[in-house]
Amino acid sequence: MAINVIKEKCVGCKLCIKACPFDAIDMDGKLAVINEKCTACNQCIAVCKFSAIEKTEDESGPADLSAYKNVWVYAEQRAGKLMNVALELIGEGRRLAREISDDTKVYAVLIGEGVGALKQECFEFGADGVYLIDDPLLKNFTTDGYTKVLYDAVTQYKPEIVLFGATHIGRDLAPRVAARLNTGLTADCTRLDVKVSSYIDYAEKNTTLDTSTLDPASEDKGLKQTRPAFGGNLMATIICPRTRPQMSTVRPGVMTRREQVPGATGEVVQVKPVLSESDIRTKIVEIVKSAKEIVSLTDADIICSGGRGLGDPSGFDLIRRFASKVGGVVGSSRAAVDAGWIEQSHQVGQTGTTVKPKIYFACGISGAIQHLAGMQTSDIIVAINKDPDAPIFEVADYGIVGDLYKVIPQIIDEWENADALYESSVR
Amino acid sequence: MAFKIIVCAKQVPDTNEIKIDPVKKTLIREGVPSILNHDDANALEEALKIKDAYPDTHITVVTMGPPQARDMLIECIAMGADEGILLSDRALGGSDTWATSNAIAAAIVKLKDYDLIFAGRQAIDGDTAQVGPQIAEKLGIPQVTYVAEFELEKDMKHITVKRALEDGYELIKIETPCMLTAIKELNTPRYMSIGGIFSAVRKEIPAWGAKELGVDVDKEVGLDASPTNVFRSFTPAPKGKGVILEADTDKELADKLLINLKAKHVI
Repeated sequence: MAINVIKEKCVGCKLCIKACPFDAIDMDGKLAVINEKCTACNQCIAVCKFSAIEKTEDESGPADLSAYKNVWVYAEQRAGKLMNVALELIGEGRRLAREISDDTKVYAVLIGEGVGALKQECFEFGADGVYLIDDPLLKNFTTDGYTKVLYDAVTQYKPEIVLFGATHIGRDLAPRVAARLNTGLTADCTRLDVKVSSYIDYAEKNTTLDTSTLDPASEDKGLKQTRPAFGGNLMATIICPRTRPQMSTVRPGVMTRREQVPGATGEVVQVKPVLSESDIRTKIVEIVKSAKEIVSLTDADIICSGGRGLGDPSGFDLIRRFASKVGGVVGSSRAAVDAGWIEQSHQVGQTGTTVKPKIYFACGISGAIQHLAGMQTSDIIVAINKDPDAPIFEVADYGIVGDLYKVIPQIIDEWENADALYESSVR
Repeated sequence: MAFKIIVCAKQVPDTNEIKIDPVKKTLIREGVPSILNHDDANALEEALKIKDAYPDTHITVVTMGPPQARDMLIECIAMGADEGILLSDRALGGSDTWATSNAIAAAIVKLKDYDLIFAGRQAIDGDTAQVGPQIAEKLGIPQVTYVAEFELEKDMKHITVKRALEDGYELIKIETPCMLTAIKELNTPRYMSIGGIFSAVRKEIPAWGAKELGVDVDKEVGLDASPTNVFRSFTPAPKGKGVILEADTDKELADKLLINLKAKHVI
């Protein structure tokens, strides 16, 4: 597969050069030439007014992929407790499984020691079945131990899709397993589709993509994995056409879990792990739960975030007071973290946490794209910033151009009066 | 024998500086500086700290990218690395993380013995965090990702690291040779030194292509060999513009905001 310029049609207008995110097109006189930086992202094809750029597909057909069936979710647990993202992915995996076919199932893969009881929670949140890989050597996560047993299980049972939460553990395990299987892995997905028609539906509602070249009746059931790239400046949909399983990590907080069905049951497959102590080349000395303030940005209904516009680290005192008043959690921009004003665990954005609270207060945050990528799906965004031209106002539902040190104390003071204010306003 | 460290680094566009053309909805790349990826600078710094303590340590920085990535290698040498290797070849272009790790692992095999490989957790342009673990897998060595603290014992064999988790950390013991991926909390990267800059510009930096690496261009590296492909790419749709609240006093602004939030049933 490659991007080619059709020499006869190229007029040397350079539109493609402007559109290329990768600096992958050079001019040779009046002819555009694709260089080695090309990733076949198709941006140039979309902008070329002369149909002078084409993508040539690989001739070799796919290998036999039909032996692979069902959707697996790595049901990450820590100290016997399932991570939220595992439940979210079980819900998402079920949706994908049913899109593939009525008899495609979603399985949760539980790995650990004495974790069998967690199967009930998996069923109640939508799993059709559970693969249980239980062994004393799997008590805590180790890259070597977990990679081996998961690799062995995938090789034996051949799932079509394997999903992981993009946690520190998921992002350690998934690339290792994918490399051992020699299959593709797409990181930090924010959207998954199987049917072309669902993909079109998503793209039309949420993106600038021209969907006219996509056929909604297509038989293609390959996994379309959409993720932000370039710090959220660009979205890319990635496919894995020739190898199986198709693997993705998915950001926590992005997918929605299903309504819990108490008492739900499902199939249990016990997998006997083949693992010895010598397979595990790291030794965990201790695991420490942070004594730090717990920041659960992904679960918060309200987030009060501060950025460089606070002026100095003490500004977070006001943000903390604000958050405590409104029952929210403190967030921050990368700039404030880089400046050392607040810990990284508070960071919202492409390289921090993706959030979608009911209300996101952006205080003194200019709105770098990488920040917007992590919060722009919040239900309501309120921006408070001195600079009326700050990009944050482009995504804000409510903008206040003003001094946050004056405005926020007023919001704090008036918070309890909100009902009365509203009543008097509608009267 | 000298302790040998390989640092994997990447030259990236500073994604904080990228803006979207408001009319054409395309990326504005002009004037966006190329930088040494932040996490990779932390990886190099930790290697340099080992060299500070044990001066006969030898540090080789390996990068894959276009010819201008040489500039980043010069920067790494100016910071104190001993040498840089550039993997650059049209045949390597379009590699996904699987294919990229094949190329870098081949380079490391060609460099022969090493004690430690340090990489950044992830690069800010792709944010995948996959290449480090995938190199380790291909070399068959153990790994620890998200390394926030590092300690090498005097025997130059046993390492203790602190691995950051979302809700705390783990202390892990590991032996060389191994792959560690660095995060920001690990250290503060040093600046280039004047002497370092002088020696860096004079330094020969080998450029290796697919041939030198001995990789199969049809099966191991490049766009065609990569298991993942880009199906479509696009810019995210901007959210509809909201309203700017206006009032004479800060109190009235606060009141207006609260009335609106109440009307939306979010408070």
